[in-house]
Amino acid sequence: MIQSNRRTLIKALAAAGLGAPLAATLNGCSTPFRNARPHVVVIGGGFGGATAAKYLRRFSRNQIDVTLIEPKQTYMTCPGSNWYLAGLTDVPSLTHDYEALKTQHGVKVIHDTVSRVDGDAQSVSLQNGETLHYDRLVMSPGIDFVYDAVPGYSEAASEVLPHAYQAGPQTELLYQQIREMRQGGTFLMIAPPNPFRCPPGPYERVSMIAAYFKEHNPTAKIIVLDPKSKFSKQALFMEGWQELYGSMIEWYGKNDGAIVEELDVANKTVSCELDTFKADVINVIPPQKAAKIAFDTGLTDATGWCPVNQETFESTQKRGIFVIGDASIAGQMPKSGHSASSHGKMCAAAIVSQLNNWAMPRPKNANTCYSLVGAHYGISIAGVYEMQDGIIKEIAGGVSQMGASQQVRKMEAEYARGWYKSITADVWKS
Amino acid sequence: MKTVMMPLSALFVGALSLMPLAAHADVISNAELSATTCFMCHGPEGKYSGGAIPPLAGYPANIMVQQLKDMKSGKRPSTVMQRHLKAYSDEEIEALASYFATLKP
Ligand SMILES: Cc1cc2nc3c(=O)[nH]c(=O)nc-3n(C[C@H](O)[C@H](O)[C@H](O)COP(=O)(O)OP(=O)(O)OC[C@H]3O[C@@H](n4cnc5c(N)ncnc54)[C@H](O)[C@@H]3O)c2cc1C
Repeated sequence: MIQSNRRTLIKALAAAGLGAPLAATLNGCSTPFRNARPHVVVIGGGFGGATAAKYLRRFSRNQIDVTLIEPKQTYMTCPGSNWYLAGLTDVPSLTHDYEALKTQHGVKVIHDTVSRVDGDAQSVSLQNGETLHYDRLVMSPGIDFVYDAVPGYSEAASEVLPHAYQAGPQTELLYQQIREMRQGGTFLMIAPPNPFRCPPGPYERVSMIAAYFKEHNPTAKIIVLDPKSKFSKQALFMEGWQELYGSMIEWYGKNDGAIVEELDVANKTVSCELDTFKADVINVIPPQKAAKIAFDTGLTDATGWCPVNQETFESTQKRGIFVIGDASIAGQMPKSGHSASSHGKMCAAAIVSQLNNWAMPRPKNANTCYSLVGAHYGISIAGVYEMQDGIIKEIAGGVSQMGASQQVRKMEAEYARGWYKSITADVWKS
Repeated sequence: MKTVMMPLSALFVGALSLMPLAAHADVISNAELSATTCFMCHGPEGKYSGGAIPPLAGYPANIMVQQLKDMKSGKRPSTVMQRHLKAYSDEEIEALASYFATLKP
């Protein structure tokens, strides 16, 4: 009875073009919906964005129209890219397309770049000139680099001394340079300051390069210059380095005077208080900030990242726009693909709940970052998170045990590969 | 802004216009949303995705509850699971297990 009355009313109103815009008032939300079927636009088809797009469809039981905008036809993951440097995997295995999102999940995918967001008009402009209206906007644009924070480095210099911290041509360049390095040469990494994507990433990388050198260039040397005084899973990495590579990897931190004062790109020379190093291959991982579109849209604060309501991921600076993944400030969660994908799910649930006028579920949220120290030597860090006083706080977690057996390390290496298969299937496939 | 001007009856119907969305959907439970965070390692919808990590879809709930509680206490050895499970109460473990039992393997 009531149902059919409602339906009649809705039909009548829809015919009069009156229905939907008012919903917002009852949601206590300032952003009205213009369509009876809400339209959510997602910017960025990486870990965060692709997950949000899929789960907006899933949690709304396909009642929300979702458009994903991503310039690349295929996406190569950073996770696994260090394994590739060691020769443990190949590029096709690390590359994913958007077919399943389109055909299995009903996401509309546009391969283009968003050039402008108009938060007041609730529209995004694409480089091809098209303009799309949205009811809610989700942004997971990832990072940009502060190149000149390393004196002497620049975007142009990254074509010679790669950062390889966005997967693709940069990864290939580093892959080649490692293989072309002279016997007994020196590989030097300039590590980034906090916060940056994938806290264990640089250290997994030198582990994987050591694995390659051990076989193909056993007298090579690896030097890490780090502006930090400690790093993620440090004791575990160092234990593994010792066990697998002896003294091949030398790590110097802030307290050793390892903050780089000058990088001479042409001569491949790096100076810091500690010493001046001449290297054959240099990998510079510069400090990071939210990607450009987040700045252009006015979503960043003085830190260079985007403050959000950490329960829903709605920007605290622009209503109706949600920022997830590396670009967001997500409490105590590290910047990782796993975290970005978790944000995508939480944010999708929040948007669907808002549109339905449901209470937001209050789940626990998790992150697991595996690192390979060797082909059969894995370590992990895990965290479980919960909202407390408006901040995502870690309530349990920790790292693998020190001094664990070879068997345990081997199992974790297998789980690292299993994690990769599962998360990429969850984000881009079924 | 606009909405201030709307008569009450219009506001009422405005809420109803969300019904097509709500009518087809069930509320997202804590267990469902939490379970989706397990998918990252254990496969989408708990389904096998080719790796060494066990899939969870259709796992008998009582067995899963026992195994998870034993991993939480350390009675059953694990690598990363004990570190995760310390965050979950028995009730939450039971809700998660019940949810996974409903998924098709
Ligand atoms: C070497 C390395 C190893 C790593 N290993 C791991 C790991 O083992 N586990 C883990 O969890 N994480 C790992 N990470 C971290 C992980 O890659 C990132 O945290 C993750 O990619 C963040 O996801 P995101 O969605 O925020 O951004 P991204 O994945 O970078 O996606 C952003 C997307 O947005 C698109 N975009 C940007 N601007 C626009 C625009 N204006 N219009 C349209 N599209 C736009 C880009 O093309 C890009 O595809 C690693 C990172 C590195 C560098």
